[in-house]
Amino acid sequence: MDTFVQQLVNGVTLGAVYAVVALGYTMVYGIIQLINFAHGEVVMIGAMVAFTVIPILAAAGLPPVVAVALGAACAVPVCMAVGYAMERLAYRPLRRAPRLAPLITAIGVSIVLQHLAMMIWSRNVLAFPQIIPLVTFSFAGATMTGVQIAIVAICAAMMAGLAWLVYRTRLGRAMRATAQNPQVAALMGVDIDRVIAATFVIGAAMAAVAGVMFGTYYGVAQYTMGSILGLKAFSAAVLGGIGNVPGAMLGGILLGVVEALGAGYIGDLTDLCRWGIGPAERCADGGHFVLFGSNYQDVFAFVVLILVLVFRPSGLLGERVGERA
Amino acid sequence: MTLLEARALEVHYGGIRAVRGIDLDVGEGELVCLIGANGAGKSSTLRAICGLVARSGRIRYAGEDIGATPAFELPRKGLVMVPEGRGIFPRLTVEENLAMGAYARTDPGIADDLERQYAMFPRLAERRRQTAGTLSGGEQQMLAIARALMARPRLLLLDEPSMGLAPMLVAKIFDIVREIARQGVTILLVEQNARLALEIAHRGYVMESGAIALSGEARALLADPRVREAYLGEGAG
Ligand SMILES: Nc1ncnc2c1ncn2[C@@H]1O[C@H](COP(=O)(O)OP(=O)(O)OP(=O)(O)O)[C@@H](O)[C@H]1O
Ligand SMILES: [Mg+2]
Repeated sequence: MDTFVQQLVNGVTLGAVYAVVALGYTMVYGIIQLINFAHGEVVMIGAMVAFTVIPILAAAGLPPVVAVALGAACAVPVCMAVGYAMERLAYRPLRRAPRLAPLITAIGVSIVLQHLAMMIWSRNVLAFPQIIPLVTFSFAGATMTGVQIAIVAICAAMMAGLAWLVYRTRLGRAMRATAQNPQVAALMGVDIDRVIAATFVIGAAMAAVAGVMFGTYYGVAQYTMGSILGLKAFSAAVLGGIGNVPGAMLGGILLGVVEALGAGYIGDLTDLCRWGIGPAERCADGGHFVLFGSNYQDVFAFVVLILVLVFRPSGLLGERVGERA
Repeated sequence: MTLLEARALEVHYGGIRAVRGIDLDVGEGELVCLIGANGAGKSSTLRAICGLVARSGRIRYAGEDIGATPAFELPRKGLVMVPEGRGIFPRLTVEENLAMGAYARTDPGIADDLERQYAMFPRLAERRRQTAGTLSGGEQQMLAIARALMARPRLLLLDEPSMGLAPMLVAKIFDIVREIARQGVTILLVEQNARLALEIAHRGYVMESGAIALSGEARALLADPRVREAYLGEGAG
């Protein structure tokens, strides 16, 4: 039971970050039907910028929370600029091209960004300075750290803010209209180039914060971290129904929970001794013969992705709204 | 005064010449209709005026050359189009669709105009929180017209507003178009339903294979034997 609650807490924390990143995938897909494979790299750049700035600020004697906040404040504009530049330079010229062209370009952009990051920050793992005091809170048999609570709170605030933007503001309405019919949106006076650029920039800003949170949570950042994180967030977006904003939020949280629970139990469940089929010499005296350890946790995201694609390709909240021509 | 003036307007789709150098005028306060068979180039003409397709020739609107103006700047100038097939946003609510119509506006009268549309189209008022994709075809057409009116158009381009509607609704839509014109909005109406269009219009143009075949007073066109035979389904003579 303790493992369950604890892994649930860990899963929600991680899932909240996935959700924030997944929103970037889903918003861009919703508006131009492009899977922006480079989005994960924006998360990485956010983490790298913050990890460059935070140690300097911390060394200058700023309180840890202020240093992290300022680190994020530096990462956000950098990532927004990267998001804007990739739309403007790589995707906009291809907007009328066949679907495959921008998709392949996205993979190219992702490789370019990753290598740029490698050139700037080297191949080394950047370690997060041990500045944040470890505060823990216990409840229901689980412990939650101050960092975890902050991550969940910040993600919740960002998601609420985004939902407000998309569903309650003029820009959000223009974004949804553009997603449904760009030509008619233009006839209503929407400058769709600006709306699409805004979508990229907003997604990139959230990705930057996600990168800082992810780095802070694990204490490390590296130029390769965007790929796997990006793929997981993309899986989360597909799980929720790509193009669907609430879907990305739900998909992210669910994926985080599945992954954490999977990691928590896979060792137990694949312990052959537990099922009485392990080699006798290993199982003697309560020994274990574990096929898959918790290091297989990354597998769950992709198992989920495959199951969704097979059984419910439109995702959990995929469009089912009545639509007439 | 001439509000819209097109000269030698051409539209090409690859090798297809859909509009072949037509001249077209719409005077301030006029209701002008553009009729013609399927594929004659009527929609292409409207799309060219709005900058939705590449075009050549000269287009002047309200004394200003709009030949290179991007589509999204036209509503701000009062030039608004209801596209063929209605073009409502299916996953936005009725009210959000109407709000999109007023997207280019910044004046404080938007809320009043919304109520005015609901008064003109009570069906839409009942369904204001419903997504537009769930409306019937006729309701969607009303929504498309109401949405265009939310922009406070000076010149309204309507592309086949009666398409796919039952005769009762067609009559209603034509009443609405006439009412809008009476309120001072200049209208360029594209229609398959030539008789009804010519009955409410001041002037008309007949388009054939990308060119203007006939033009003149609507009454005169209604009486013209060529029009009667080809577009009103009557035998010659
Ligand atoms: N996007 C396009 N690409 C290629 N050809 C096109 C395109 N749009 C229209 N055409 C062609 O241009 C010609 C004129 O089309 P248009 O839509 O302007 O006709 P229309 O008069 O509006 O017809 P309808 O009454 O059927 O709506 C047609 O032959 C059509 O096939
Ligand atoms: Mg047409």
